Amino acid sequence: MPKLLVIVLVSLSLLAHNSFAAIEELEFASPENEARYHDLIDVMRCPMCLNANLSGSDAPIAADLRTEIYKQIQAGRSDDEIIEFMRARYGDFIMYQPPLKIGTAMLWFGPIVLLVLGFFILRRLLITSRANSNQEALSTDELQKLNVLLQDSKEQTR
Amino acid sequence: MQISNRTKLFIPAIFFLVMSGLLLYGLGQDPSRVISALINRPLPTFSRPDLFDDAKTITSEQMRGGIFLVNVWATWCPPCHAEHPYLLEISQRESGVTFVGVNYKDDVKAAREFLAERGNPFKLSLVDLDGSLGIDLGMSGPPETFVVDKTGTIRYRHVGVIDNKVWAEVFVPLIAQIQ
Amino acid sequence: MIPELGNFAVMLALCLAVLQVIIPMVGSYTNNTLWMSLARPLSSGLWVFMVLSFSCLAYSFLHDDFSVAYIARNSNTLLPVYYKFAAVWGAHEGSLLLWILILSTWGYAVSLLSRNLPLDMLARVLSVMGMITAGFLVFLLFTSNPFDRLLLNTPSEGTDLNPLLQDFGLTVHPPFLYMGYVGFSVAFSFAIAALLTGRLDAAWARWTRPWTNAAWAFLTVGIALGSWWAYYELGWGGWWFWDPVENVSFMPWLVGTALIHSLAVTEKRGVFKSWTVLLAIAAFSLSLLGAFIVRSGLITSVHAFAVDPERGLVLLALLLLIIGSSLFLYALRAPVVSGTSNYGGYSREVFLLINNIILVVATATILLGTLYPLITEALYGEANKYSVGPPYFNIVFLPLMSLLAVCLSFGTFTRWKKTSPALLWQKVGKLAFVSIALGIVIPLIVTAEVNMGAMFALVLAIWIVLCIGKDILDKTANKADRLSGLRGLGLSYYGMQLAHFGFAVVICGICLTSNYSVEEDVRMAKGESITIGKYEFRFEGVVERPGPNYTANSATIQVMKNGENYLTMHPEKRFYSARGDVQTEADIQVGFFRDLFTALGDPRGDDEWVVRIHVKPFVFWIWFGAFLMAAGGVTAILDRRYRSRKVVRSDIPATDANGSLRPALES
Repeated sequence: MPKLLVIVLVSLSLLAHNSFAAIEELEFASPENEARYHDLIDVMRCPMCLNANLSGSDAPIAADLRTEIYKQIQAGRSDDEIIEFMRARYGDFIMYQPPLKIGTAMLWFGPIVLLVLGFFILRRLLITSRANSNQEALSTDELQKLNVLLQDSKEQTR
Repeated sequence: MQISNRTKLFIPAIFFLVMSGLLLYGLGQDPSRVISALINRPLPTFSRPDLFDDAKTITSEQMRGGIFLVNVWATWCPPCHAEHPYLLEISQRESGVTFVGVNYKDDVKAAREFLAERGNPFKLSLVDLDGSLGIDLGMSGPPETFVVDKTGTIRYRHVGVIDNKVWAEVFVPLIAQIQ
Repeated sequence: MIPELGNFAVMLALCLAVLQVIIPMVGSYTNNTLWMSLARPLSSGLWVFMVLSFSCLAYSFLHDDFSVAYIARNSNTLLPVYYKFAAVWGAHEGSLLLWILILSTWGYAVSLLSRNLPLDMLARVLSVMGMITAGFLVFLLFTSNPFDRLLLNTPSEGTDLNPLLQDFGLTVHPPFLYMGYVGFSVAFSFAIAALLTGRLDAAWARWTRPWTNAAWAFLTVGIALGSWWAYYELGWGGWWFWDPVENVSFMPWLVGTALIHSLAVTEKRGVFKSWTVLLAIAAFSLSLLGAFIVRSGLITSVHAFAVDPERGLVLLALLLLIIGSSLFLYALRAPVVSGTSNYGGYSREVFLLINNIILVVATATILLGTLYPLITEALYGEANKYSVGPPYFNIVFLPLMSLLAVCLSFGTFTRWKKTSPALLWQKVGKLAFVSIALGIVIPLIVTAEVNMGAMFALVLAIWIVLCIGKDILDKTANKADRLSGLRGLGLSYYGMQLAHFGFAVVICGICLTSNYSVEEDVRMAKGESITIGKYEFRFEGVVERPGPNYTANSATIQVMKNGENYLTMHPEKRFYSARGDVQTEADIQVGFFRDLFTALGDPRGDDEWVVRIHVKPFVFWIWFGAFLMAAGGVTAILDRRYRSRKVVRSDIPATDANGSLRPALES
């Protein structure tokens, strides 16, 4: 099996250019804290970048904010407190996940409303369709006559 | 309400027209324009050492009772160098506003020398060594200037260099308005 | 001289495009065969001139003609030759020229490959394509001409192509992407021609299908290439960020997928005609919307072209013209639902309709999310602008795709018009249980822990694959010899199953890599190692290595697998002398079942360095699966039914799929 994997492996060595976030070795009190840190820096936006999150940005302010988040996690603050801290200073703009407010109701409920609407339309179509199939279908003979008639009229209007 | 089937077919066209209106509006906006969460909110409380005298502290309380322009700058920031002569000139010319300098994540000695050599437009100068005041102000990076009114409320955040043109077009009307 | 030639070629192309708009269209209304047949040579001529102008631009790039402003801004004498060629489409003006070249190429292809299309239909289709081409040529000539010259102060050296673009990705991603985007213009033109002609029937659907499949396949590859490029270029393991530019390429793809399925229903059963036409218009409209959003400065993105809003205004006007007029034409001329349809609750029609609903809702959601910051800014003011990013899109998109994956397999087992639910359950019930069992058990055995996300995804993927297998078995069960049964199934069928299989592979890739990737940033001294799974990464130190225009700190990391030496990786940090840049060069070892990624950080103390190590299982499957989907699309086009055949008097078969006679003309 390992040999098969080796054969199947397509090994391309790619040296990549990149401009990604500084690689930081940070010590955390627990794996949960580490996971929280990564989640927070993934969900927050870099204030001065062209659409990048804190984990993917090498801007100085992004590094500062990452440090701030790290310090607050170490100090025992909760996720909500840290998010509130950032929101108070940078506005809702800094969160990539928009809050659930009246202003964002259309955003969060839109998809489900559209989906339900779609299924109502589907149901309506099915009812109409079932009504159609209940009508008497033309007999084969009648259909053949109809075909001939229609073909003729088609010739005439050409 | 019964909408005829033919009328329903107009829904996509109408939807597209509405969306075009939105796009037209969007073209008029600048997506990189800065927004600040602190507009019309009080200046964050802070207390930081004076740039020229470590023993003294400067607090946010001192920025009340007049119009303060809090300018965040650093010697390692090239646009701040470009901005400096304008600040000097404007601070000498305009007596109605007080300039406060926040030296941001900088080498204090280099900052002192910079101001000594090139002139000091700031009535008060303080040091934000670790950038925490910058975070409290919701900054992206120097140079940035915050306009604080008499009650200690932030009224405007300007990102970028202040030159004579910017001063005349943006700050003069604003200051007139908040007086 | 050459740039002038190129400029002139574009102007001639515009003239031909205008003629292509007017002459065949007028001919189709006055029944003038000569005028209608001019459509073919006009589109050939248009294509020739576009090729000529593109060649002129490419030639000028390759010869470092910095008197052309566009070249001075995007090239450099030291740029390698293949990047000089790719730089032709490295920025707005040149990529627009590429766009129009590809548009003329699709037009030319339509003129070549439509032998069995009635002449008036062909004339109208090519006329509409001419309209789109003319519109874009006007935009190019008047606002974004790549041949503009800097004759007074010709620089001796160019500014250089953006370093991030100096990569293999630039040579492949935009061409494939544009082939897809622009390819939907063919389906669009067929739709408009059908609306004008008033002939919206199964024949129309059959003509449109191969073109739609082709465009869709190209777009699939184009998007996959873009994602893969971002993955290894940006190097932090991400491959999709729901960036506005990514979203606008994804929306035409989703609608295109819906269109493919809807066309199948319209062709086979003659229903959903108005809906299919609307989808065809929508797919290309979304492509145009994408072009507008990326080039107008409307959104913030690192991918966006740097263009001023003034050009954006002209582009918006073009959009209004093309999309607005087509949607109004649709409202006025599309057949109102006739009510002759009769399909049952578990029929294939219903399941394909469900497919359409899900895909269209997904598209609408992405559109909403992408434009939402703008909407809130318009309604609530600048200060209350929201950001909508990956968390939102992932939360709303993944459930929709899961629903799609479940319905997909049901759909392939249903019959047209009517399927009994009992029969359906009899076929797939067992498979459902097996999928659930396998999906839960396999990850448990391999990783010895419970991971809901991975299990759910695996259940869906296995469900799709098992159903594919069962369907093939069922379809070949009655044949005397299974092999001949397989041969009799047709490429169209295999294309479908291959594409669905590819979808299952993509699901696996996305969910397994999201759930099982491991990333570590650690400080390492020489000789220290870290173990992730069955891989051990041993840091062997850093040496200085000189390069052509940089010096590098090059690390050596010895990778061991299951205790044995496996491979060596060399991530670097490069210091470019000229601009004083520091670039981190990661080393990514791509494998079919996992990617290994290492990058070098900063030094700490003596001989200790910070190193980043990723192990990303199955990430390659994301792009491999996309490739399979595209291959499925191409396979379907190669089916015998689309090859040239004698023109039949009535293009509509007299009997429908169930063998019963049906009227020859439908409203």
